[in-house]
Amino acid sequence: MAKKLTTPINEETRKSLTVGEEILISGYIYTARDAAHKLLVDAIKNKEKLPFDLIDQVVYYVGPTPAKPNQVIGACGPTSSYRMDKFSPELMKRGLNVMIGKGPRSEEFIDAVKENKAVYLLAIGGLGAKLSKTVKENTTIAYEYLQSEAIHRLKVVEFPVIVAIDYLGNTIFQ
Amino acid sequence: MYTIKRKTIIETIKDLFIDSAYNLDEKLVSSLKKAKQSETNNLGKNILDRIIDNQEIARNDDIPLCQDTGVSVVFLEIGRELIFDYDLEEAINVGVRRGYIDGFLRKSIVKHPLNRINTLDNTPAIVHFNFIPGNKLIIHVAPKGGGSENMSRLKMLSPSEGEAGVIDFVLDTVKKAGGKACPPLIVGVGIGGNFEKSALLAKQAIFRSIDDNAKNEVDQKLEKLLLEKINKLNVGPMGLGGTTTALAVKVNSFPCHIASLPVAVNLQCHSARKKEVTLIGKKINNTN
Repeated sequence: MAKKLTTPINEETRKSLTVGEEILISGYIYTARDAAHKLLVDAIKNKEKLPFDLIDQVVYYVGPTPAKPNQVIGACGPTSSYRMDKFSPELMKRGLNVMIGKGPRSEEFIDAVKENKAVYLLAIGGLGAKLSKTVKENTTIAYEYLQSEAIHRLKVVEFPVIVAIDYLGNTIFQ
Repeated sequence: MYTIKRKTIIETIKDLFIDSAYNLDEKLVSSLKKAKQSETNNLGKNILDRIIDNQEIARNDDIPLCQDTGVSVVFLEIGRELIFDYDLEEAINVGVRRGYIDGFLRKSIVKHPLNRINTLDNTPAIVHFNFIPGNKLIIHVAPKGGGSENMSRLKMLSPSEGEAGVIDFVLDTVKKAGGKACPPLIVGVGIGGNFEKSALLAKQAIFRSIDDNAKNEVDQKLEKLLLEKINKLNVGPMGLGGTTTALAVKVNSFPCHIASLPVAVNLQCHSARKKEVTLIGKKINNTN
């Protein structure tokens, strides 16, 4: 049976997660991919207010397809995480310590995970239609002009992930 | 002479992209189901099961299979007896625009690689033109995802490296791609030609039917050998280990220079969306 977690996810909970474990996440999570990551890190550098409080929150690397009039969201599977490696350490320092994406991460990223007692979770790539069924609310909260790359707050129920890198830096990747 | 109306081209392209984004090819679905039976890793089996489930949800509920509805790639095989009194490429782009807007597909194209401003309609499409005998127009389309495209590679080998060099490069490409290319993959390999021709051969290879064989014996043998070796890499579904790293390997070759052995590897993710249609030209009355 998969473990069930509700967001936000604090350090104590993060430390209880082990590599390979399957988890179902419920609660609010935030979407951000390439362009939004750059803007968030720029905002930190320029000491600007961030669009959401990062502490213990969950970021999901996704750029969904547009929702049809009767849908909450379109297809919404994960994008490759390695492109966020450059930005993630800065965001982890600010408390954004649960990340969901697909594929492996850099050594520098893993070091930052250890330092910040963070965790990296895998969603299965290419399950856009199936994962859309777990999203119950979808609100654009920043950078709307980025379209699919804008930051959305999603309310998810039992969003399935696998622990890929734990707070000690152990990884599922060979 | 024969022609096909601009309106028909636009409607056809629009429908093909929407259809391909929602409905995975049945032959591919069978191949995924077969892979699920043979997969030895439990997590891999479980992932294949979810991939099969995903395509059913997409088909039944009209949700795109994957959020990355790709670069719009179009191959045209144009009958030599056809004439067009309009800009065919422009008509295709109108079709792409309508398909991506009406079909609620993601717009993933930026105007310039460095300024990164979205074109908001997924145009321009990447269109390839070829000529064939007769009065038919065969249209092949694929919304090609960025994840697997980013992991694709090209190398100019020395002829002395031969088959072993080609095999090493393909295996290294698949291994390095790992889970990032969303395996199980269809691996398109182009050998020969020159720099750009090898890339085009690899792209054409992934457009082939999943159950066909290469035209010549050398390529057929290489396809078999590569598939066997790739599935021993233990990359597995989504890179988490297993015996299903590739569903198929497709090798396309072309004559090349005495000094060259170009090899290109174009990776296609498990959401291998592509469609084709054949339009028949209508006879134009000769007014002379």
